Amino acid sequence: MTARHFGTLCLLPLLIFSLAFLALPLVRLVLSSAAGEAGWGIYLQMLQKPRYLSALAQTLAVSAAVTVVALAVSTTAGLYLARNRFRGRAILLSILTLPLAFPGVVVGFMIILLGGRQGLVNQITPGHLVFAYSTFGLFLGYLYFSIPRVLLTVMAAAEKIDPALEEAARSLGAPPSRVLWDVLLPALRPAMVAAGAIAFATAMGAFGTAFTLATDIDVLPMVIYTEFTLSANFAMASALSIALGLVTWSVLLIARSLSGGAVASGG
Amino acid sequence: MKLLTRYMPLAVTLLACAFLLVPTLQSVLAGITANYFRGLSSGLTLKWVGEVWGLYADSILLSIWLALACLAVTLLIGVPAAYALARAPGRLSRVLEEFISLPLAIPGLALALALLQLYGAQQGFRAHWSFILVGHVLYTLPFMVRAVQAVLAAIDLKTLEEGAASLGAPPWRRFVDIVVPNALPGILAGSLTVVTLSIGEFNLTWMLHTPLLKTLPVGLADSYASMRLEIASAYTLVFFVMIVPLLMAMQWATARAQRILS
Repeated sequence: MTARHFGTLCLLPLLIFSLAFLALPLVRLVLSSAAGEAGWGIYLQMLQKPRYLSALAQTLAVSAAVTVVALAVSTTAGLYLARNRFRGRAILLSILTLPLAFPGVVVGFMIILLGGRQGLVNQITPGHLVFAYSTFGLFLGYLYFSIPRVLLTVMAAAEKIDPALEEAARSLGAPPSRVLWDVLLPALRPAMVAAGAIAFATAMGAFGTAFTLATDIDVLPMVIYTEFTLSANFAMASALSIALGLVTWSVLLIARSLSGGAVASGG
Repeated sequence: MKLLTRYMPLAVTLLACAFLLVPTLQSVLAGITANYFRGLSSGLTLKWVGEVWGLYADSILLSIWLALACLAVTLLIGVPAAYALARAPGRLSRVLEEFISLPLAIPGLALALALLQLYGAQQGFRAHWSFILVGHVLYTLPFMVRAVQAVLAAIDLKTLEEGAASLGAPPWRRFVDIVVPNALPGILAGSLTVVTLSIGEFNLTWMLHTPLLKTLPVGLADSYASMRLEIASAYTLVFFVMIVPLLMAMQWATARAQRILS
């Protein structure tokens, strides 16, 4: 057996697996979307029905808000942790990366513990504040799993910034705020674009957290889920999943071409 | 003002930590408190953890089994593939890599619907644990391939292989004796990532599971919806005890593999 043949043989299991369980199912998903009464017109229907449009708008709005806040919080914390050494830093860092391994449902439960009927906020405020099942609760849930992802990407980039750049700016008389805006943030821009894209795409497609919290909120993954399981509207569920998949995939693709690095969402 | 710019970053960092940590601690406490509503004064107990084991032992064992099976499959498929991709870096390899990475960019829900509509009618497969396994492999395989490929791309594979070939080693011996030992840090990092992700996978699994085949996260969703807070918390505590050491080991192994690369 030649080396070339051996190489092909090594690739064969992967090719078979991804053909059977990725390529063919995706083709089937596309075909199923057009198998309903409307045919390919279902994509037009999707854009005409107020229910789907408002779900799309709501999902985009929550995801955008989460992306902005997660970037602000994680860049601040990431820069701080990357540039300061102090006792307890390692502990703070572990706390901030802990939720990386939490499934969406667990994140949803964390928000219930904070803002549910038996939650912390409801217990300590006199006004009985329950927000876990509102859009704000969903926003907090998405923020919960976005902070660690953004933080890790930003910190990796922050640690690579040449300290000489900052010293040069300071020796030229730049105050800390100018150093931040003119030196640090431009250096972090590619990482922030990449991290923002991951946060946005993950929030758009987040199912577990929405499943736990969004009982009354129409976000796209929940609409897809109810169309499929309750209404048995397979064509619409397929069409909506394809639309959602195209959005998340292209956001990550665009972000990667802008930032030049590898981007992967992980949730 | 100066004080604000000086302490603001620290304050934001601490607030973010509190936001992530407080509910985690709440769930740990609720899981070992006799009556969460009455508070810690009602006493600490392992009763709830015991009840979780009685109610959900099957789901915990199924998740461990699936994670190990997923690891075996991703090793068998992913390590040889990473080797082949590292040896022939070209446009075709990049396209294939992009393609197998699609499950990271497309929501799990969409992938699950695709699988269900193609294979859902085949009852024998649909109701078998291997159907869930397919979903887990789909989602974790890119992590294994990337972890191994990154290590292989950093070492001088060609020279090593040529040396072995000149001594008469056939391709499969070079793979077993040279490629695998050199790729070990990447294989370790990839393996821990695969197991951690598989144990926590929910988005695909919720759609693919059957009432008789519930994984740990599916059971968690179940307990959040229908059990008292103490049992849901105790179950979450069990999950934390499993996942946190795995996460730490994964981060350690990934950092180690990256140190070898640089």
